[in-house]
Amino acid sequence: MTKQQANWSPYDNNGGTCVAIAGADYCVIAADTRMSTGYNILTRDYSKIIQLADKSVMASSGFQADVRALQKVLAARHLIYQHQHNKQMSCPAMAQLLSNTLYYKRFFPYYAFNVLGGLDNEGKGCVFTYDAVGSYERVGYSSQGSGATLITPFLDNQLKSPSPLLLPAKDAVTPLSESEAIDLVKTCFASATERDIYTGDKLEMVILNASGIRREYMELRKD
Amino acid sequence: MNLADSTPAMNTLLGSEADSQRTLYPYVTGTSVVGIKYKDGILLAADMGGSYGSTLRYKTVERLKPVGKHSIIGASGEISDFQEIMRYLDELILYDNMWDDGNSLGPKEVHNYLTRMMYNRRNKFNPLWNSLVLGGVKNGQKYLGTVSMIGVHYEDNHVATGFGNHLARPILRDEWHENLTFEEGVKLLEKCMRVLLYRDRSAVNKLQIAKITEAGVTISQPYSLKTFWDFSAFKNPTVGAEGSW
Repeated sequence: MTKQQANWSPYDNNGGTCVAIAGADYCVIAADTRMSTGYNILTRDYSKIIQLADKSVMASSGFQADVRALQKVLAARHLIYQHQHNKQMSCPAMAQLLSNTLYYKRFFPYYAFNVLGGLDNEGKGCVFTYDAVGSYERVGYSSQGSGATLITPFLDNQLKSPSPLLLPAKDAVTPLSESEAIDLVKTCFASATERDIYTGDKLEMVILNASGIRREYMELRKD
Repeated sequence: MNLADSTPAMNTLLGSEADSQRTLYPYVTGTSVVGIKYKDGILLAADMGGSYGSTLRYKTVERLKPVGKHSIIGASGEISDFQEIMRYLDELILYDNMWDDGNSLGPKEVHNYLTRMMYNRRNKFNPLWNSLVLGGVKNGQKYLGTVSMIGVHYEDNHVATGFGNHLARPILRDEWHENLTFEEGVKLLEKCMRVLLYRDRSAVNKLQIAKITEAGVTISQPYSLKTFWDFSAFKNPTVGAEGSW
């Protein structure tokens, strides 16, 4: 019999967009809930956001099976951490763990594009942004995934964060208030949904601040 | 150095197809599975064709199977891999039953197990060549999920594999609602299966529908759908599309 099917690939791109914005005393982590493959929408209600510890939340797009495996590894590692240290992992510590976990599979990578948001030990908002093999950086805001090319320049323009080259280093947190940041995220996703076929259906936002954690949702275009 | 001596080494390096020990492409395959939630539980539908490439080789392949007391699985893709999956699942259920503690695996647990199994095999570059649908009811909770060959998985109110994603899910998105009765559910699935029968060349007109409720699993006897092939577009498909042939 002649070969009829295309040779298989261990990877797929299930799309999705993630955004996180850090403020002086809050952090917003957001992602859409569409999961796609090619021109198909597999489901319109799949959460890409996971709470890894009390004050760290990760949003991930890319290959869903890899993302889920990564989430499971991090959850298991955090459980061990809690048993050993009797406390929750801090967001910067989780950021380093995520980097190491990604790099551990450097030669068969997790096809996952993550932003990690949360509050640091001083209660300040923090955002960490990654590539698939674990390079990471602390920033004031970030966007990852299929809509990142549309959202990143818009955030650059709106937030005008201080250059990381400045000396002495300036704080990267955004000057916006919490509600302004939430509105900005909503605008970003409403716009990205217009042009990116892999973004849409619903926006899920997780907001962390001194009084705790809450979730907000907004409907997006379904086409 | 003699050139002939290096040939076997070259073969190993190139990894020729002849000595490969893993599935490079499927042999006997089943086409779409469609599943929906309805008022009292889950309904799954699949036809009974087994294709050998484009040859319709088998006509009585059961692709819907019960898994324990609370779940049913539906499989598309390589039939032999599905049969191996059923051996794994039956063993899982047997060993779980041997605890004799009154606990049993529900659809959520079985679906998670399948998910790990599929992803684990893709990590070994030796995938189980299937798309699976798992449905079930336990403790009044309905469950309907799917897993692909490489481990992509999700839950939804209605799911489909393969061509079903293109042809059945748009219908389901239009017509599915939470309070479908059994009769309405079967009617909706039959509408999907009829569209698949008309447009998916590897679909055959012999299907089964499986039902699972709190009361248990029932898988229907094979039956056929009524079809109508007298549409003018079916009779003379090239009208208005004149070509060289």
